[in-house]
Amino acid sequence: MDIIACIKRVPQTAEADVKIDSSGKDIVKDRLQFDMNESDTYALEEAILLKEKFSGSLTVISVGTFDAEDTLRIALAKGADNAIRIKAEDFGELDGYKTAQLLKAVIKDLKHDAIFTGCIATDDYYSQVGVTLAELLGMPHASLVTKIEIDGNTVHAYRELEGGLLEHLAMSLPALFTIQTGINEPRYASLIAIRRAAKKEIKVIGKEEINAEDIVSFSSLEKLFTPPVGERAEILSGTLDEIGTRVQGIVKEKGLL
Amino acid sequence: MAEIFALVEHRQGAVRDITYELLTCGRKLATAQNTKLTALVFASPADKIVESIQERADRIIVMEHGVFENFNAEIYQLALRDILEKEKPHVTLIGHTAFGYDLCPALGAEMGIPFATDCLDIEFTGSRLRVTRSVYDGKLDAHVLLKEHTSYLVTLRSGCFTPEEVSLATEVVKQESPVTEQPEYRKFVDYIEAAVGEVDITKADIIVSVGRGIKEQANLPVMEEFATAIGGVLSCSRPVVDAGWLPKDRQVGSSGKTVKPKLYIALGISGAFQHIVGMKGADTIIAVNKDPNAPIFNEADYGIVEDLFKVVPVLKEKILDAKKLKG
Repeated sequence: MDIIACIKRVPQTAEADVKIDSSGKDIVKDRLQFDMNESDTYALEEAILLKEKFSGSLTVISVGTFDAEDTLRIALAKGADNAIRIKAEDFGELDGYKTAQLLKAVIKDLKHDAIFTGCIATDDYYSQVGVTLAELLGMPHASLVTKIEIDGNTVHAYRELEGGLLEHLAMSLPALFTIQTGINEPRYASLIAIRRAAKKEIKVIGKEEINAEDIVSFSSLEKLFTPPVGERAEILSGTLDEIGTRVQGIVKEKGLL
Repeated sequence: MAEIFALVEHRQGAVRDITYELLTCGRKLATAQNTKLTALVFASPADKIVESIQERADRIIVMEHGVFENFNAEIYQLALRDILEKEKPHVTLIGHTAFGYDLCPALGAEMGIPFATDCLDIEFTGSRLRVTRSVYDGKLDAHVLLKEHTSYLVTLRSGCFTPEEVSLATEVVKQESPVTEQPEYRKFVDYIEAAVGEVDITKADIIVSVGRGIKEQANLPVMEEFATAIGGVLSCSRPVVDAGWLPKDRQVGSSGKTVKPKLYIALGISGAFQHIVGMKGADTIIAVNKDPNAPIFNEADYGIVEDLFKVVPVLKEKILDAKKLKG
């Protein structure tokens, strides 16, 4: 089985202080850590598990700048066979639609029985690249997948709906799956494997191979801004004991116990 | 003037709340553009669904066929394409839900219609559409302009518009479904209900909820003990379930449970919107987080900017004291 996993390198912003830079369209990145997008790590793991079960090849692709090669090498160390970087710097501002077209331009020439992507990127939050890519490649998709079982020619994909309900689909390959976090336990790459991956070649594709004029975007970022805050929490300050006494007062006064 | 369309979302025979939010947003846009609002119902049976949204749109287009009993993005895509090609609406609103998520990007890519996903708000600026989105784990918002086009698709995040009661004269129009069977390559099989666990967090008056900030599984027993000691139950946000530390039935949020306790203590939860929608109905919310900018503080009543491991023992002692005094 030939499998493709699409991954993205993103700033880890969940627990970081995020500031807007002077352009007003990007964030200050020098203090942030970058890593593989969270749901992409699960998508990659699912792809590796499938490859291990059915044998075949696994190619990882990332649309990114040079730094994305570090993330691709982690994927190689975990078990991917080949890695491709599409040079983000060659194509200007990227929205989800443009990213999907770039991926399509490369993937259409690769053999693929299954494609895995994360369900959402934690930076731009669009959650649209996977489903758009499937459409551009003319293949069926299932998004927000939390379980996949392959039974002969049928793939049972389980999508996570609101309220904990699962939608069970019977699909055929080739197909694309956008993977939700928690579907598996992403492995860590061993140090030996990371060292070995450092020597592997990463194929780089840019404007020489993909005609930028054929790639269009649907949207452009106007500006970033700090979300308007409504009624913010009353911050309890003081020593821990004082804070505790305040909480004690609140629960007593409101009869919460 | 081209109309505003809103896709009615339903599951297991009932209209989903997002539908009313889409219709409210749609009416705002229709008013701004001096045009009409049309609701699209793909269902089987359709009567009850249509009845639920009567008077909330100027027109309801109904496609009633067995294939629409359960959502299938492929079928919805075919049906929507058929209607959009004929009607050419200006904006089509879809919920940013598990259904909309699966549908909108494929429809937009197929038809070449600019689309924006997970939007908090939408406005026209001249002939272009500007959307507001939440980015970088909810730490920032963004204004995004869509490429100029005659038609747009937008998915709207849940909870951004408060449904309003309106009484419009609604015209109901029936159309034939262009699709009559599920495609071989993607068939809906069934829904699988979440497993029922030993603790029903939706029934609890006091909830202690833990997030990424608890760092490791070894810290869970202390948190569970805290919850039990003050007469509550332990729940969590998604990362804790993803890591396999607590079962899915303890997860609070859009893909987990919605809870409405008297007291909700959030420990080390940053406050992603998916979590907020599951707990914002709590009477009193106390959040503990080291990050003063954590979005959870926008929802909480009281905030404690501290290391949760230092705070928990103190809270436990003080709340137990309060209980003793009461008892």
